[in-house]
Amino acid sequence: MLEQGFVSAAAIAASVLFILSLGGLSNQEKAKRAVWYGIVGMALAVFFTSFGPGIGGYWWLIPMMLIGAAIGAYVAGKVEMTEMPQLVAALHSFVGLAAVFVAWSADLERRRVMAARAAEASLDQFSAFAALVATKAPDELMFLQVEVVLGIFIGAVTFTGSVIAFGKLAGKVDGKPKQLPGGHMLNAGAAALSLLLAIMYLNGAGFWTLLVIAALAFFIGYHLIMGIGGADMPVVVSMLNSYSGWAAAAIGFTLSNDLLIVTGALVGSSGAILSYIMCKAMNRNFVSVILGGFGGSQGPAAEIEGEQVSIDANGVATALNDADSIIIVPGYGMAVAQAQTAVSDLVRKLRAAGKTVRFGIHPVAGRLPGHMNVLLAEAKVPYDIVLEMDEINDDFASTDVVIVIGSNDIVNPAAEEDPNSPIAGMPVLKVWEAKQVFVSKRGQGTGYSGIENPLFFKENTRMFYGDARDSLNALLPLVE
Amino acid sequence: MKIGAPKEIARGEARVALTPESAKHLQKLGHECLIETGAGLAAGFNDDTYRDAGVTVAESADALWRDAEVVIKVREPSDEEAERLREGQTLIAFFWPAQNEALLEKCKAQGATVIAMDMVPRISRAQKMDALSSMANIAGYRAVIEAGNNFGRFFTGQVTAAGKVPPAKVLVIGAGVAGLAAIGTATSLGAVVRAFDVRPEVSEQIESMGAEFLFLDFDESQDGSESGGYAAPSSPEFREKQLACFREQAPDVDIVITTALIPGKPAPKLWLEDMVAAMKPGSVIVDLAAEKGGNCDLTKPDERVVSDNGVVVIGYTDFPSRMATQASLLYATNIRHMLTDLTPEKDGVIHHNMEDDVIRGATVTHQGEITFPPPPPKVKAIGAAKPKKKEKAPTPEEKKAAELATFKAQTKSQVTMLAVGGALMLLLGLVAPASFMQHFIVFVLACFIGFQVIWKVSHSLHTPLMAVTNAISGIIILGAILQIGSGSAVVSVLAAISVLIASINIVGGFLVTRRMLAMFQKS
Repeated sequence: MLEQGFVSAAAIAASVLFILSLGGLSNQEKAKRAVWYGIVGMALAVFFTSFGPGIGGYWWLIPMMLIGAAIGAYVAGKVEMTEMPQLVAALHSFVGLAAVFVAWSADLERRRVMAARAAEASLDQFSAFAALVATKAPDELMFLQVEVVLGIFIGAVTFTGSVIAFGKLAGKVDGKPKQLPGGHMLNAGAAALSLLLAIMYLNGAGFWTLLVIAALAFFIGYHLIMGIGGADMPVVVSMLNSYSGWAAAAIGFTLSNDLLIVTGALVGSSGAILSYIMCKAMNRNFVSVILGGFGGSQGPAAEIEGEQVSIDANGVATALNDADSIIIVPGYGMAVAQAQTAVSDLVRKLRAAGKTVRFGIHPVAGRLPGHMNVLLAEAKVPYDIVLEMDEINDDFASTDVVIVIGSNDIVNPAAEEDPNSPIAGMPVLKVWEAKQVFVSKRGQGTGYSGIENPLFFKENTRMFYGDARDSLNALLPLVE
Repeated sequence: MKIGAPKEIARGEARVALTPESAKHLQKLGHECLIETGAGLAAGFNDDTYRDAGVTVAESADALWRDAEVVIKVREPSDEEAERLREGQTLIAFFWPAQNEALLEKCKAQGATVIAMDMVPRISRAQKMDALSSMANIAGYRAVIEAGNNFGRFFTGQVTAAGKVPPAKVLVIGAGVAGLAAIGTATSLGAVVRAFDVRPEVSEQIESMGAEFLFLDFDESQDGSESGGYAAPSSPEFREKQLACFREQAPDVDIVITTALIPGKPAPKLWLEDMVAAMKPGSVIVDLAAEKGGNCDLTKPDERVVSDNGVVVIGYTDFPSRMATQASLLYATNIRHMLTDLTPEKDGVIHHNMEDDVIRGATVTHQGEITFPPPPPKVKAIGAAKPKKKEKAPTPEEKKAAELATFKAQTKSQVTMLAVGGALMLLLGLVAPASFMQHFIVFVLACFIGFQVIWKVSHSLHTPLMAVTNAISGIIILGAILQIGSGSAVVSVLAAISVLIASINIVGGFLVTRRMLAMFQKS
């Protein structure tokens, strides 16, 4: 057994390593090293805590860890990059569930200690966490109960929310926003009821209150995320990421473990910032995203003139062969069509011909923050030609050809030009300023927000209909 | 149908309405093409190239007018040409029906259908047949070339061993198609280009071509969409302001290209005698509005005039014809698109659909009746101008004041937030036990560090960030480890399950992050 001092030292080291690990993600090269900091930090934390004072049950602990590690390694090795959003959501749900279990256990331990105190039995018989609880004063126990409720509630919302998000992202649950009759009133009712139960619990009601609170929170998580549509998933996933952190922090308070608190706070703030960035990129506030759906438009949308002109692979190839500078704007459609490799091949060919090819990525392109970057990286597109919206938006005017692959709302000029548009004010990629725009799209249809895209009707836009991968593969041999 | 292009008889006209290229396309529509011998010579197409493209060469104008069911031309028909028209024959040409009423009557009397290429409505769908724009484009380009021909200096600024050459300063008045083409040509030659237009909504187009838009601070700016995308006459006050702006520019600019036209009216006089006098000797004015009287006081149509102070004023009216090959290629393509719309079935049969906005708009006589002027098209030319606030560049004082105001506002909100936060902490401290507050300090500090660190994360690494935070939120395993050795069986089981799923998280999260990061490669 290691002394408590060792465990604390390890916790400090692990906290520092976690911070370094997150900080290292500021740049692609540093990040490769930073992930090792995280791994070492985690190894230290787990090792020293496992062999710290008062820990037992190794017969359970070690096999479970090994099984879990094996499953994790298998999944991490097998997952397709297009499936990253699902994986991230699934992992969030685990944290949520674990938080609920740990909080329940904490309360069970508290009850055992209280029972022993009431019976005036010796408190020395307790091991592990119960031993710690046994040292607590009554007011500390009161706070412990508050923390338990918080841990359960946040953990449970995270769990079902993530499960639904996983289902939606994996296509196992219908991606359209759906709500039970009563809508958000149901959520509000469930939350109010939870609060009531929490007060009852603090006043000494039985363990059943915690079970009901968890059940209500499970319902809220389920119902909340069911009501949010597929394209808002970047916000939802980052929000759940944040919640999983707060749940961990709440558990840290319960268990008086600073390492849990620090890590939970780091993860929580990371998710909060990601949600903020995503909301900003859609020009919507967080609450309206979470409450789901687009608000009604404030007036008639400007009418769109003209017609959508289609073009075939030959025409696109001719324009590409003539162009010097090209920007590609990928969206979720590229991920759906698994077209990233075809895009990469095209880029390689164009770059070999001495053309400047770059990518413009909107923050909410795809279903996960940074999703497009990972897909392109997987297809071996060098990251230094993949630029953010702010970096590239001024360059469209001096670009010869823009290829839009499977994106719609993020290149919609109505956001800037039509104050009545539901997406008015959303920052968009100004592709229409380029000399020529090709839009690779499956057919004539609107984007997630259900609004027409005037871009498709512009004079310098040509529609390149068809499955993105097939279209690009048809294009490849024609490009010199 | 037999489509025939006669030789243009107007003096100096070098263009031709049919090129070998357009003939091939017309044949694909099921039409047969005829050309009068020598019609394309001035534009650089001899009879043999036409024959190679499958065009029948008619030996005389008579033969052509007799055989052709559709006659395509560049200029409006002369009187004798109009007499050759017969019932059921279609003529496609520039016609200017508003100015040529007598001719219009004549064509009606002959029973022919006349489609005026200058009447094609300005809507997106009809752009491919907008011959005025294609000709204006050429005129704009040529105007710069003519200016360069008469200008004694480089366009582009250079620093050479023999000294420094300043760039030429070009002012383009009127940013229609010709104006924009002139801006594009002049900027690509390296000149410093400024441009003016009465329609503020074109400023974006001007700036996109690389010129500086001379903005007039005037309230009642025009809405170009009302008049079909063309400019309309302006109020006297506006005109005064505009002239004052030009007067200011006159001594500074080297080349002035004026393209201001108002449909159905003589060209507005915008470059007055005193402005010419104020210009530097050797400066050049190219007046593209010369045919309609000119924008410049000194302009004489079809002539090159030199003012007393040595400013060259060019008033040629045949810029497109001076580039006959290019102009013919574009014009023939416009005509070809018009015929494509007239042959919807691609079976060589012309279906004159008067319900079609474009065809209706361009048709001036049909079935023995004059159909000019057409009813307004159902679709507007360009989207209504967006009300756009012109932001004035703030003065340094205003900037300073604004900065100070934002700084104050920031300070205020920060202080408020700190005060509220502090108050909340105090309240919490009142009720919470000391041990809780210790942990709470750690929590708050960790949140701060988290915010500082995460803002620096590159956007492209957000997915790895989520995966890595996923992995470290598996730290919840510590909670389970602390509980697993409990004496209670239920607690042990719950903790064991937690250990299992948290382990999946830790290992899965880190490994998938590593996998992702390994994929990011520099070029």
